[in-house]
Amino acid sequence: MTLTAKDVAEIMRLLEQSSFDSLSLEIDGVKLNLQRGSPAPLRPTAAATPAAESQPVPSAPPKSKPPSEPGLAEVISPLLGIFYRAPKPGEPPFVEVGSQVAEDTVIGIIEVMKLMNSVRAGARGEVVEILAENGALVEFDEILLRVRPGA
Amino acid sequence: MAIRRILIANRGEIALRVIRTCRALGIETVLAASKTDLDSLPARLADRTVCIGPGRPADSYLRVDTIVQAALGVKADAIHPGYGFLSERAVLARLCEREGLIFIGPTSVQIEAVGDKLRARAEAEAAGVPTAPGGAVETVREAMVLGREVGMPLLIKAVGGGGGRGMKRVDRLADIPSAMELAEAEAGSAFGDARVYLERFVERGRHVEVQILGDGKGRVVQLGERDCSVQRRFQKLIEETPAPNLSADLRARIHGAAVLFAERLSYRNAGTVEFLVDLERDAFYFLEMNARIQVEHPVTEAVTGIDLVAEQLAIAEGRGLRLKQSDVRSDGCAIECRINAEDPARDFHPSPGTVRAAVWPSGDGVRVDTHIASGSRISPYYDSLMAKIIVHAADRPAALEGMRHALAATRIEGVATNCAFHLDVLGDREFQEGGVDTGFLPRFLERQRVDQEVRAHG
Repeated sequence: MTLTAKDVAEIMRLLEQSSFDSLSLEIDGVKLNLQRGSPAPLRPTAAATPAAESQPVPSAPPKSKPPSEPGLAEVISPLLGIFYRAPKPGEPPFVEVGSQVAEDTVIGIIEVMKLMNSVRAGARGEVVEILAENGALVEFDEILLRVRPGA
Repeated sequence: MAIRRILIANRGEIALRVIRTCRALGIETVLAASKTDLDSLPARLADRTVCIGPGRPADSYLRVDTIVQAALGVKADAIHPGYGFLSERAVLARLCEREGLIFIGPTSVQIEAVGDKLRARAEAEAAGVPTAPGGAVETVREAMVLGREVGMPLLIKAVGGGGGRGMKRVDRLADIPSAMELAEAEAGSAFGDARVYLERFVERGRHVEVQILGDGKGRVVQLGERDCSVQRRFQKLIEETPAPNLSADLRARIHGAAVLFAERLSYRNAGTVEFLVDLERDAFYFLEMNARIQVEHPVTEAVTGIDLVAEQLAIAEGRGLRLKQSDVRSDGCAIECRINAEDPARDFHPSPGTVRAAVWPSGDGVRVDTHIASGSRISPYYDSLMAKIIVHAADRPAALEGMRHALAATRIEGVATNCAFHLDVLGDREFQEGGVDTGFLPRFLERQRVDQEVRAHG
């Protein structure tokens, strides 16, 4: 299999539309290195990522740290409450960094006055960052963890 | 117990008002805000803001469990409920009591006692406070008997109502059966309580309310009255203290009645006892008690020099009343205009949007309580109150004159407001004479309408 000019053009178009900055492809000994935005240095993080939501909170510092890589899906807290990573104290967490999740995988529990609410991933892929701390207060709309979308 | 950190379960100008006093007292504030309000002025000025849910009040400000969980989560000692939202919901007070949080307000039992309007009426009677002729009715037959006794016109009121909600006027005895059936059905669906009671309808009445503070152990002081008769559909627009053209005797009796009522409940915290002054009979009747800080509290603060929120906090801390009745002095006259984002030309339709520019008045005797600055957004989710302009002066004419200047100096761009409408009301002779009844504003609007028609056709 070889890459035609048309294929390359199609790949470039896909990259243009994606949220990725660069792409490396190797097929049958043919290496293709594409990089978006001409002289920009290769920087893996923040700047190029879609700045999550443009929800300005002038006073408070940003609550969650920026993502470690572009293109990550965010799992958002659906309500304010106490976040628990495990079903019960002492038990292993629902997910760890590296866990594979599907849309309906339970990733944690949020307690609101003794009422336990399961939180589901809502995305398919690999957990790469866990931001919410076990036993801590999470707010509505806060990022709990980030998932690298995948199959 | 000393309060170190307060969760404010409210928004808008009252959230800012609570923050202001907390700052002065060195108390930390955590604002429980909806996502819509995260860039509001109170969210910027609170020591911390937690996002409790989306903009819709039912999903954020009205969620009792979320509010209490937020208070526990941020390790607050107390919750200040402001007015509206959960301020008079006994469930919040009860949950605070159970969780060891201080609820800055009355006890859950007191909230229930005044929330049930029939029970409040019975408490008033037991305290020797006059009530309008009437009472509970369970059947149409009872209503007919009582209706004949009370006389026409009368009101059928919902036990779970209040603040002007859940009332029906009846002008003929024969209309009682159908009106009662309708009132019960409406009350059932609106308040989850189908019970109703009858009361004489006062044709010409003034709304006069008394600010009280209670220590929860039976001691009560009153901080004078406020006249809130300028209302449109039971929404107050202008409030003033002292109530103009009220005889010294009637004024003293009203003050005394408010204290008797609050003493009977061993009421705790700040509250307001509302009365209807019957102009034709030179009498007054207990209406209801509001178990919270009220929108119009600044006029009382202006003439007494007392910070009501600070007193709320002191009582909540268990320090009791720091004032004796003889410490309460009233100086001059204060008037408040509520500036709403609404369009008087379109039947006071709300006018949400972004405030392009906001210039508020200042100067001697002028106070503005507002959360609105240039760039602020007014969300359709919440009430349209933008600001309260309060003017304090030596006497009523000077206060009215000061208010005219203050309103003229106010400039709001981007949303419609009722500023110009307030100026029209202040220029009305009936209002200037003072002591108008609650029918004044509808009459004023009708006069305006007729004038405009005459102009249009002339």
